[in-house]
Amino acid sequence: MKKIEAIIKPFKLDEIKEALQGLDIKGMTITEVKGFGRQKGHTEIYRGAEYIIDFIPKVKLELILDDSQVPQVLKTIQETARTGKIGDGKIFVLPVGEVIRIRTGETGSSAI
Amino acid sequence: MNAINTGDTAFILIASALVMFMTPGLALFYGGMVRSKNVLGTIMHSFIILGLVTIEWVLWGYSNAFGPDLGGVIGSLDWFGLSGVGIAPFKDYAGTIPHQAFMIFQMMFAIITPALITGTFAERIKFSTFVVFTLLWCTLVYNPVAHWVWGIGGWLRDLGALDFAGGTVVHINSGIAALAAALVIGKRKGYGHEPFHPHNLPMTIMGAAILWFGWFGFNAGSALGANGLAVSAFVTTHIAAAAATFSWVFTEWMYRGKPTTLGAASGAVAGLVAITPAAGFVGPLSALMIGLAAGVLCYFAIFLKHKLGYDDALDVVGVHGVGGTFGALATGLFASKLINEAGNNGLFFGNPVQLGIQAIAVGVTLVYSFVVTLIILKVLDWTMGLRVEHEDEQAGLDLSQHSEVGYNL
Repeated sequence: MKKIEAIIKPFKLDEIKEALQGLDIKGMTITEVKGFGRQKGHTEIYRGAEYIIDFIPKVKLELILDDSQVPQVLKTIQETARTGKIGDGKIFVLPVGEVIRIRTGETGSSAI
Repeated sequence: MNAINTGDTAFILIASALVMFMTPGLALFYGGMVRSKNVLGTIMHSFIILGLVTIEWVLWGYSNAFGPDLGGVIGSLDWFGLSGVGIAPFKDYAGTIPHQAFMIFQMMFAIITPALITGTFAERIKFSTFVVFTLLWCTLVYNPVAHWVWGIGGWLRDLGALDFAGGTVVHINSGIAALAAALVIGKRKGYGHEPFHPHNLPMTIMGAAILWFGWFGFNAGSALGANGLAVSAFVTTHIAAAAATFSWVFTEWMYRGKPTTLGAASGAVAGLVAITPAAGFVGPLSALMIGLAAGVLCYFAIFLKHKLGYDDALDVVGVHGVGGTFGALATGLFASKLINEAGNNGLFFGNPVQLGIQAIAVGVTLVYSFVVTLIILKVLDWTMGLRVEHEDEQAGLDLSQHSEVGYNL
């Protein structure tokens, strides 16, 4: 089992969600986050005082997948989230030790 | 002569209500500019003043400011508790409206003036000390200065200083007091290296719009009658506000590359401040020039605090101090007897002496208000403490001073 964490541009969320729903994904968690990478922040001006905003808004997707689904999902996210401009985000893949469905107590892949 | 005119009276009652509405307008104007953890604290600064200064004004404020003169410097306490201030007109101030109408109109000015100062120490003042400061400031600074400029027998009034609706008494007075306050209280924690973003600019713009609306009462109402002079002041007020809105935005557009909404709101207020002393003494084209100049001047005045290193949180000095000073001096340039016979001509209308008189009124107000405000604040800092604890400043005034939060989202 793997956990996919993807940092994406917020306006891409709907497109990615629809693409992933076509892949029989069981669930997904999203969080509005702020951060910086290579993309520069933006400037805000209040009464002539300029502020450089380093942390820019992004959306973080989290999905837990059976190993078999991973390549297809990664490909889909990478293709859908891509605009070709700097700041498109990153995808991380992490191993998952265990999954437990709280309601039934099921564990492992069937609990995903 | 002492007959009550119903039109005048109705107009002054409405104008008083308009000026009253400026203070909650100011609360929104300031409230939107602070961080969200201080929105209630900032609004409260203005709102509590509606309560506090009303009481002060009824008990001794009106008497000290407008009561029977003592040596040109202060009104006596003969009118303590509004004793003798009744329905019959007091013809030396306003012969066609009840004396109480004049009193309540003036009360609204006494309320908004200390509220203007609160922008400078926003986000860090201790509420209890703030309340005491406001009471002392009204008593020791506002009332005497109002008496000098507007009171019968007041020495600046007798000197011939022109201040139609309160450029010196309200704006220079509060603006320079704000400078003293910024110096004594010190910078906000993190100022200069953390960003201080306005948390709700739509709120600020709403506040600016209410101020603009209320200012018609402030300036036109200062004619103290529903007459041609009131119309003239109404027109100049609007022209100057509009011109400064435009010129501030245009200046920052040229200088910083973007026209901002906060700039539009700030420009409107700067124009309104600058026209205040001149409103009933100048014509429409003069108002246009005063407004255009005020927008540019106040925009650059905002940068003073970065250069000089004080933290005037919401730019009271740059807008009210500088705008008010400019307006008072501009009155000495643009005033014309063709507009108001009771006024005088300014430099551009052949009377250079008027500019000198205006400069004296400005200088005296600047020095007196600065020094007395500084003393009041120093004494309060030693006795009660001006600032909240660091931890409380971090948590925000809403939670630390009022046990409330502005937003539960």
